[in-house]
Amino acid sequence: MAGHIDEKKLVIGALVIIAVSSLALVIMPYVQLKHIEAPAALKPYTDVQAKGRQVYMSLGCVYCHSQQPRDPKFAPADEKRGWGRASTAADYAYDQVHLLGTMRTGPDLLNIGARQPSQDWHLGHLYQPRAYMPGSIMPAFPFLFIERKGAAKPGDVVVNLPPDYKKPGITIVATTDAVNLVEYLKSLDRTYPIKKTIAESLTTDKPAAAAK
Amino acid sequence: MNPSPMIDSTSLVLLLAFSVSVLGLFVFIWSMSNGFFNTKESGSHIIFEKDEIGLVEDPATSQSSHELQDAAGKTDASLSAAELDDRLIADKSSAIPAFVCLLASVCWLIIGSAAAIVSSIKLHNPDWLVDSAWMTFGRLRTIHLNSIIYGWASMAGIGVSLWLIPRLLKTPLVGAKFVYWGAMIWHVALMCGVTAIGLGYTDGMEWLEMPWEIDIFIVIGGALMGLPLFLTLMNRKVDHLYVSVWYIGAALIWFPILFFVANIPHLYFGVQGAAMNWWYGHNALGLWFTPIGLGAAYYFIPKVLGRPIYSYNLSLLGFWCLAFFYSQVGGHHLIGGPLPTWMVTLSIVQSVMMIIPVFAVAVNHHMTVGGNFKAVLHSPTLRFIVLGSMLYVAASIQGSLEALRSVNVITHFTHYTVAHAHLGMYGFFTMVMFGSIYFIMPRIVGWEWPHPWMISAHFWLVSVGFAIYFIGLTIGGWLQGLAMLDASKPFIDSVTVTLPYLKARSVGGSFMVLGHIIFVVHFFLISLRYGSKKEPALLIPKVNIPFIKDAKVAAKELKRG
Repeated sequence: MAGHIDEKKLVIGALVIIAVSSLALVIMPYVQLKHIEAPAALKPYTDVQAKGRQVYMSLGCVYCHSQQPRDPKFAPADEKRGWGRASTAADYAYDQVHLLGTMRTGPDLLNIGARQPSQDWHLGHLYQPRAYMPGSIMPAFPFLFIERKGAAKPGDVVVNLPPDYKKPGITIVATTDAVNLVEYLKSLDRTYPIKKTIAESLTTDKPAAAAK
Repeated sequence: MNPSPMIDSTSLVLLLAFSVSVLGLFVFIWSMSNGFFNTKESGSHIIFEKDEIGLVEDPATSQSSHELQDAAGKTDASLSAAELDDRLIADKSSAIPAFVCLLASVCWLIIGSAAAIVSSIKLHNPDWLVDSAWMTFGRLRTIHLNSIIYGWASMAGIGVSLWLIPRLLKTPLVGAKFVYWGAMIWHVALMCGVTAIGLGYTDGMEWLEMPWEIDIFIVIGGALMGLPLFLTLMNRKVDHLYVSVWYIGAALIWFPILFFVANIPHLYFGVQGAAMNWWYGHNALGLWFTPIGLGAAYYFIPKVLGRPIYSYNLSLLGFWCLAFFYSQVGGHHLIGGPLPTWMVTLSIVQSVMMIIPVFAVAVNHHMTVGGNFKAVLHSPTLRFIVLGSMLYVAASIQGSLEALRSVNVITHFTHYTVAHAHLGMYGFFTMVMFGSIYFIMPRIVGWEWPHPWMISAHFWLVSVGFAIYFIGLTIGGWLQGLAMLDASKPFIDSVTVTLPYLKARSVGGSFMVLGHIIFVVHFFLISLRYGSKKEPALLIPKVNIPFIKDAKVAAKELKRG
């Protein structure tokens, strides 16, 4: 069959296409972003926060919550809602798997820790979102809690629900997963000032040391 | 103040990509005006035998009915006994491998649909089924996506492709045993993957949730199932490769590479991971499902009508444009996000350039079907596939518009995008697969579809259901986006405004699920050769396609042949 010229065109053409595509969207961003340094004010996740982040991933929070406030020049409402300044690549320096998200069925969470630092609020809200935000369509997560008859035991993290939602004689106790998840949510705080562009983030914070 | 050389070089790349794209456009216009795309090309005739043009073929119609042929126009066209034998041998060679894939795909369709409808209801009834972790929205929605993408859509696509290959190459399928192994590995892996998601083990990225340890087997399974195409290509008896072979062949090369690269663990970091994520996510559509769906449409539309495709060259140009532009649009999922501007802009440019290949498909399909819409009414296959092709054009144009910053600022992060994604994956791809399966199954089992009313019921339920789904969610998503951009309104307003539309989605979705149940029951009925014995439509009497019972005999015949 004429040396299978069409097959060669097909295979080589297909490989070139995918190579160009990977170059543009995978390799070039990789090269460009590889040397970005974490801002000094951003701390790596602690053990507990990292575990909480795993819970966040495993429950699929990302399918309803983004973590990327947009530039006020593009979408001013993001900042006005108190979601924080536009994030930059450096803000995610410790995010081994990104959780930028593509949906805002619920609000952006990149700075939820700054906006809502209360453990009580977060635990109660996870147990029953509608106790805190009427009309919310966030699922309740009762399986992250233990309903215990009678009083709490020593060491229990007790959930303090609003009066209307309290059940008499029942204590709601948070599981480790719930506590870890809340620790992660509270850690979400990128309100520190930051260098604006990728180019600026590439320059090191210690120019004096580098000069020597 | 301090321009970095990196930014300069990246703007250069962007400029270059843009120039290439515009150049491509001019070449396209030039070739159009120079009559490059004439309609008298032998390439489009490959799928027909010498005197076959004019003869309709749709095994999904009843044999006793001549309405389809009447609608397409009376003809003296015919197949010789030898030509018919060749086609039967081709069909025979792919029957069991294709059946294995299709059977698996319809089972996943039911699993995925069940997860979908429960997820949909949960969005307006958030306290429903909240007691176990695996049923929480975030997991069930992900089970839906993975079952549909890797179970239903991929498996149906591979099954249809495998069945088409021998017909397109006029060569019996070589290497069926690789399909059995591949399908088995793929399915065990997918079952593990979906279970893992239910249990909370996830890699965390959309479309790539299944743990990477399991993904290894998906790559192996996928590669094994793609192998027969290339083995058959080496033995082909046709001179030209029909356009469907380009689409399907390229897709079968692309998918294992994409899936492998995207699942390499511990390599990607921070926002770069997001760029990779959407490189994969959109290429799964652009370089996997779209080419398979178009490849099938490019075969079945002309085949059912007995009319060659309007312009073969136009279809090939459409293929290369699609491959080039579509493969770079992923960044439009990150508009306004913390990624390099050049990358996002590049993706926006290429998203708009997609209008060219989409136009090529639209013109080609329209000119082929044009004047023959009556035939569409009489052919179950065409009904689904023509609707699917029209919705492909709609989804693509909508996608190009959505990539514009001014539109994206409203639609990004809303249900509008979900509606759009379903217009592509459901309106286009799934509809084309339904139509293809209606054509293929009677050939595989040598049996007519037992109940034509079930095909009609399926068609109307999913069409009406999807219309409700799409229109509802599109309006709801748009209102949600507007509310979200208005900082004077509390955020919860952007939630409450969507509620009636989320409920509409559940109603439309229920219709779709009901349609799927009817389809799958019918699939099992024909597989079991239910009902009184009838020859499949338009197959010359006395020649029947042996199925499982005669498979060994068929294999022996093939070896001898």
